[in-house]
Amino acid sequence: MGVAVIGASMTKFGQRDAWIRELLSQAGEECLTDAGVAPDDVEHLYVSNMASGEFEGQTGIMNLLAHDLGVLPAYSERVDQTSSSGGAGIYEAWQSVASGASEMTLLVGGEKMTHKTTGQATDIIASITHPDEYKHGVTLPSFAGMTARHYLERFDAPRESLARVAVKNHRNGVDNPKAQFQKEITMEKALESPIIADPLRLYDFCPITDGSAALMFTTEERAKEITDEYALVSGIGGATDTHVVHERDDPTIMGGVVESSKQAYEMAGLSPDDLDVAELHDMFTILEFLQLEGIGVAEQGTAWELAMDGATAKDGDLPINTSGGLKSKGHPLGASGVAQGVEIYEQLVGEAGPRQVDADTALACNVGGFGNCVITTIMEAAE
Amino acid sequence: MTLDAGICSNGHVSYPTHPLCPECGEPQEETVDLSDRTAEVVTWTHSTATPPGVREPNTLAIVEFDITDLDEASDEFVRALGQVTTDEVETGDTVEPVYVEELRDPEAGIKVPESQDWGGYRWDPV
Ligand SMILES: [Zn+2]
Repeated sequence: MGVAVIGASMTKFGQRDAWIRELLSQAGEECLTDAGVAPDDVEHLYVSNMASGEFEGQTGIMNLLAHDLGVLPAYSERVDQTSSSGGAGIYEAWQSVASGASEMTLLVGGEKMTHKTTGQATDIIASITHPDEYKHGVTLPSFAGMTARHYLERFDAPRESLARVAVKNHRNGVDNPKAQFQKEITMEKALESPIIADPLRLYDFCPITDGSAALMFTTEERAKEITDEYALVSGIGGATDTHVVHERDDPTIMGGVVESSKQAYEMAGLSPDDLDVAELHDMFTILEFLQLEGIGVAEQGTAWELAMDGATAKDGDLPINTSGGLKSKGHPLGASGVAQGVEIYEQLVGEAGPRQVDADTALACNVGGFGNCVITTIMEAAE
Repeated sequence: MTLDAGICSNGHVSYPTHPLCPECGEPQEETVDLSDRTAEVVTWTHSTATPPGVREPNTLAIVEFDITDLDEASDEFVRALGQVTTDEVETGDTVEPVYVEELRDPEAGIKVPESQDWGGYRWDPV
C-alpha cells in the first residue's frame, strides 16, 4: 500500500522554556491542523524520543501525548533508537500504514535537553556506548574527532573542507525561522573556534537543543481525498552497525548508511543520481562526508571535494541540508529525524519558502549513535 | 590483569568479547590476552569537553594489535579503544597497555557504579 505524508510541523528549535510535554503537544497539535485531520481520526501515534526519563524524569510520554491531543483510543508507542529515534519513528509510521494496521498515523518526535549542563548532556548521550568504551570517558564528539583525523590523513583532505560544511549549513539556517541559529559564520570563525576533539572544533559540532517536530502519514488513497499537496514515502530502509565503534572493518565506512540507503533505493527503484535534495545527519561535520559516500553520491574518500566545489550548497548540483542541518537548526535527539522528514516534505510540496529548491525526489538519512543505527527515507512529490 | 579479546572456533578475534562471534555467530569460547603485546595507533584525539568524572583533556586512541603470530587466529589484527597515558601521541606510534584501577570516577556519571567495571588499560607510547 502506498504511504503518503499529508502534514508536517515543527516547533522553534533552541533553548526553550517548555518541557517535553508542551514541546510534543505543540508540534502534534500544529501537525493535526496542517494536515486537516481531526484527533479522532488518528489510529496510531508514535513518539520518537531518546531519553525523557534521563533528561527530565518524565516517562510514558506516548500515553501523555495521546491524552493531551485527544487521539484516544489510538494505539500509541514511544520509539527510541538514540539519535535516530526520529527516523525510526518514520519507519514505524510507514510500517503501520503500509501494513494496513492504521489508516492515519501521527508521528511526533521531541527532546528537552538544555536544562542540563553540557557535561551532563554529553554523559547521557555517551551512555549509549559499550561499557568498555564508556569507562574510558569516550563521548560521541571524541569518536568524531578520531574518525575525522583518520579521514583527513588517509584521503589527504584539507581541514578546511570540514569548516566549509559548517559555513554552508549555517548559511542555509539563516532562511529557517525554526532554526536554533539563524546566523552565518565565516571560515575564520569556524577554523579558530575552541578545540572540542581535535582536529574538530566547536563549529564542527551541532548544539544541544530543545524542540519537537511532527508528520502525518496516511494511505495514498486517503491522501488524494484529503489534499492535492502530499508526498509519497517511496523507499525506506533501516540497518544496524557494530555497537563498539572500533570493531568496524573500515573506520570511514558507515555500514548502516550503506545498507539502509541500499534498501531505500531498491524499494523506490531509484539511484543516487535521481536525488534532487537531501537532509543528512550532520551532528558532526565529518558525518556529512561519510553519509554522502555511504548513500552513493560520492566515492569513498572524495565527498570533501563536493564541499570544496560548492556542489552541496543550496545552488549546487545536490543541495544538502537546506534546513540548516543539525548544525544550525539544532539537534533535539528524538526530534531530529522527524525534522529531516519535515524539511524534505516541505521541499517536495513547495512549502520551503526562502529555502525552496526544485525537487521531486528527496532523501533523509538519520544516524543514531556514531552510525550505530541508521534510517534512510526517500520521499517523492505526488504527481 | 589481562586485556582479553574473544576468539571463536573459526579464529575470528574481537575486542571486547561478545557471547557470539560478530563475524560468524559461533560462540566465543576462548580468550586471547593482549596485555603483553604492543599496538600501533590508528587514530587519536584530545577530547576537551568531557563528562563529569572524566579527566580533561582526555586523550583517546584507537590502536591495532598485530596477531599474525597467533596460530589459532584467522584475523591478522584486532583493534581496541583506550585512554592514552600522555597528551603527546601521533598516528603510527607504538604503544603498550598499562593497567589503571579507575579510568574515570564511577560515582560522577549517569551509570550505576556497580553495573560495570571501571579498571582498564591505557596506551603508553614506547
Ligand atoms: Zn567467528
